Amino acid sequence: MKIKTALLVSAMALVPVGAWAADKTVGFSQIGSESGWRAAETTVTKEQAAERGIDLKFADAQQKQENQIKALRGFIAQGVDAILLAPVVATGWDSVLEEAKDAEIPVILLDRKVDAPDDLYMTAVTSDTVYEGEVAGQWLVDTVGEEPCRVVELQGTTGSSPAIDRKAGFEKAISDHPNIEIVRSQTGDFTRAQGKVVMESFLKAEGAENICALYAHNDDMAVGAIQAIKEAGAAPGSDILVVAIDAVPDMHLAIANGEANATVELTPNMAGPAFDILEAYWADGTEPEKWVQTESKRFTADDDNQAVYEMKKGLGY
Amino acid sequence: MMRSPRLALYITMTTFVLAFLISASQYPSMLSTRVVANLLTDNAFLGLTAVGMTFVILSGGIDLSVGSVIAFSGVFLAVILRDTSMHPLVAFVLLLMVTTAFGAAMGSIIHYLEMPPFIVTLAGMFLMRGLAYVLSTDSVPITHPFYDTIQDVVWKAPGGGRFRLIGGIMILAYIVAMIVLHKTRFGRNVYALGGSAGTARLMGVPIARTTITIYAIGGGLAGLAGIVYSIYTSAGYSLATVGVELDAIAAVVIGGTLLSGGSGYVAGTFFGILIMGLIQTYIVFDGTLSSWWTKIVIGGLLFAFIMLQKALGWATTKGRRPASESATQS
Repeated sequence: MKIKTALLVSAMALVPVGAWAADKTVGFSQIGSESGWRAAETTVTKEQAAERGIDLKFADAQQKQENQIKALRGFIAQGVDAILLAPVVATGWDSVLEEAKDAEIPVILLDRKVDAPDDLYMTAVTSDTVYEGEVAGQWLVDTVGEEPCRVVELQGTTGSSPAIDRKAGFEKAISDHPNIEIVRSQTGDFTRAQGKVVMESFLKAEGAENICALYAHNDDMAVGAIQAIKEAGAAPGSDILVVAIDAVPDMHLAIANGEANATVELTPNMAGPAFDILEAYWADGTEPEKWVQTESKRFTADDDNQAVYEMKKGLGY
Repeated sequence: MMRSPRLALYITMTTFVLAFLISASQYPSMLSTRVVANLLTDNAFLGLTAVGMTFVILSGGIDLSVGSVIAFSGVFLAVILRDTSMHPLVAFVLLLMVTTAFGAAMGSIIHYLEMPPFIVTLAGMFLMRGLAYVLSTDSVPITHPFYDTIQDVVWKAPGGGRFRLIGGIMILAYIVAMIVLHKTRFGRNVYALGGSAGTARLMGVPIARTTITIYAIGGGLAGLAGIVYSIYTSAGYSLATVGVELDAIAAVVIGGTLLSGGSGYVAGTFFGILIMGLIQTYIVFDGTLSSWWTKIVIGGLLFAFIMLQKALGWATTKGRRPASESATQS
C-alpha cells in the first residue's frame, strides 16, 4: 500500500498540472496486443493521457505495417498535435514521416527504433536492453560476493535483439568476477512452457545442488523454471537464486512468495516520458535528445512486491 | 426493369457516398484532399489486387495466393536490389514475368487437372509465402535511388493532399480492366465462363485459354501490387500482407460481384475498396473505437451485400417466373 501511495504521489509531482497539455490531441499508433507487456503499455499510455488531459486517438495496427501507415496518415489529415508511434518493423517509414514533418507534427517513437534519418522524428523513448542485462548481472555480483557461483542461463528467442543484448549485458557485469561462471545456456524462446522444459534438462544435467543461480532473459521463462526447480525438490529463491528481466506481475508475486530473488523492470510506461517531452516542447520549444532511455528499475525482496503485483495485475499483462 | 448487377453497383456507390457524408458531418476535416489522397495511396496495393480478384471471381473462381504473392514480390525485389546491381525497372519486369507465369501455372492446373481453384490457390499461397521466407526472414530495406525518384512523384493538391504515383497506377488499372471486361471478346468470355462453364463451352468459348489467362492476370496484378507495396514501404518483408486476399475478396463482394461468378462490375470493386478504406479512416479519426471494429463493420457489410444479392436475384427471377409458370400451365 505504501508503495502505491508513493508512486501516486511521485506521479502527481511529475505532472505539471497538465497546463501545457490541456486541449492537445495526440495520436498513438500501437503495434497490436501480441504480448501482456504491450497490452500493459497501451493501458498505461491511455492512463497517462487521461491524467494530463490529453485527448488520445488510439489505433491498434493488428501487427500490420500498412495499418500503421494508414493510421499515421489519418492522424496527419486530422491535424493532431503530436504522434506516438510504436513501429512494428524498422523499415519503410521515410515517406509518411516526411509528411508528418511537413505538417509540423512531432513524432515520438516508443519502445522500438526505425531505420530512417533521425531528423524525421523528434526522439525515441526506449529501454536499453544491454543495460537491463547489466543490472541483473550486477545484482548477482552484489549478492554472491566472493562465493563461487555456477549460473545457468535461459536465453530468449535465438537471434532476437533483446536476447542478444540481455546476454551481452549480463556477461559484461560478471566479466570481472571469475567466481561467477555461466555453465549452461540455452534458449527457452521467451515462453513459460519452454522455460520449464529447458530448466528440467539443466537440473538433470547438472544436479540441483550444483546450480547456484538461474538467469532468465525474461520473467515468463523464469516462472516456468521455478516450477521445474520445485518439481526437482529444490527451493527456488534460496537453493537456486532466480533473477530475470521484465517485472511482470507473476514475477512480483514469486518474489513476494520468496520463490524468486530479483527482476529488472522493462517499464510499460514509455508514454509518460514521451508526454513530458511534448509538454516541454509545447511550453518553450525545448528539443529533446534523439534517444531517451527509460529507467531499468531493479526489484528485489526488499521492495513491497505484493503491492506492485496488485497494482500491475489490472494493466492487462 | 433494371438489371440486378447494375442495381447492386449503384447501391455500393450510394453506400460509399452516404458513408462519406455521414463521416464528414461528424469530422469536417474528412472533407479534405488529404483524406481523398490517403484513400488512394494507402489502398493502392489492395485495389490492384482486387482488380485481379474481380476477374477471377467473375469467372466463378477464387485466388487465395495473392497476399503471399505480394509479400514474395516485396522480398524478391528487396533482395535483388540489395545483392545485384540490376536496375529496379528490369527487376520489375522480371518479377511480373514470374508472378504472371505463376498465375498461369495455377490456372493450368485448375483447368487441365480439374482441381478446385480453392485448393490450387491455397497451395500457391503456402508456396509463395514459403519462398518469401526462404529469401529472407528479416525486413529488407530498399535504398535504391530509383525508389526515391518514384516516391517523389507527388502532386500536392491544395489542402495538403498528396496524390502519389501508386494511387494513379491503381486508377489506371481499373480503367484498363473496365475496357478489357466490357469491350473485348476476352471480357465477354470471362462473364460467360462465370455464368456457366457448360454453356460457355457450347458457345465456343475457349475455356482453357480463358481460365489460364484469368489466373495469369490475377498473378500479374498481384505482382504489380507487390511492386506498389514495396514502393509504399521501401522494404520487402516476408510477414507482410497476411490475409490481404480475404480483404480483396471482401471488396469484390461489397462491390456487387456475385461470388458464384458471371455477374458484377470492376467499378463496384473500386467502391468496395473505398468503403473499406473509409471505415479504417473513420476509426482512426474517432480514435477511441477498437480497430477491430473495422473487421466487424466489413463483416456486417459483406453479410448485408450477400443478402442483397440474394434478394435482387430472387426479385428478378420472381419477375419472370409467373410468365413461365403460366406458360407451363397452359
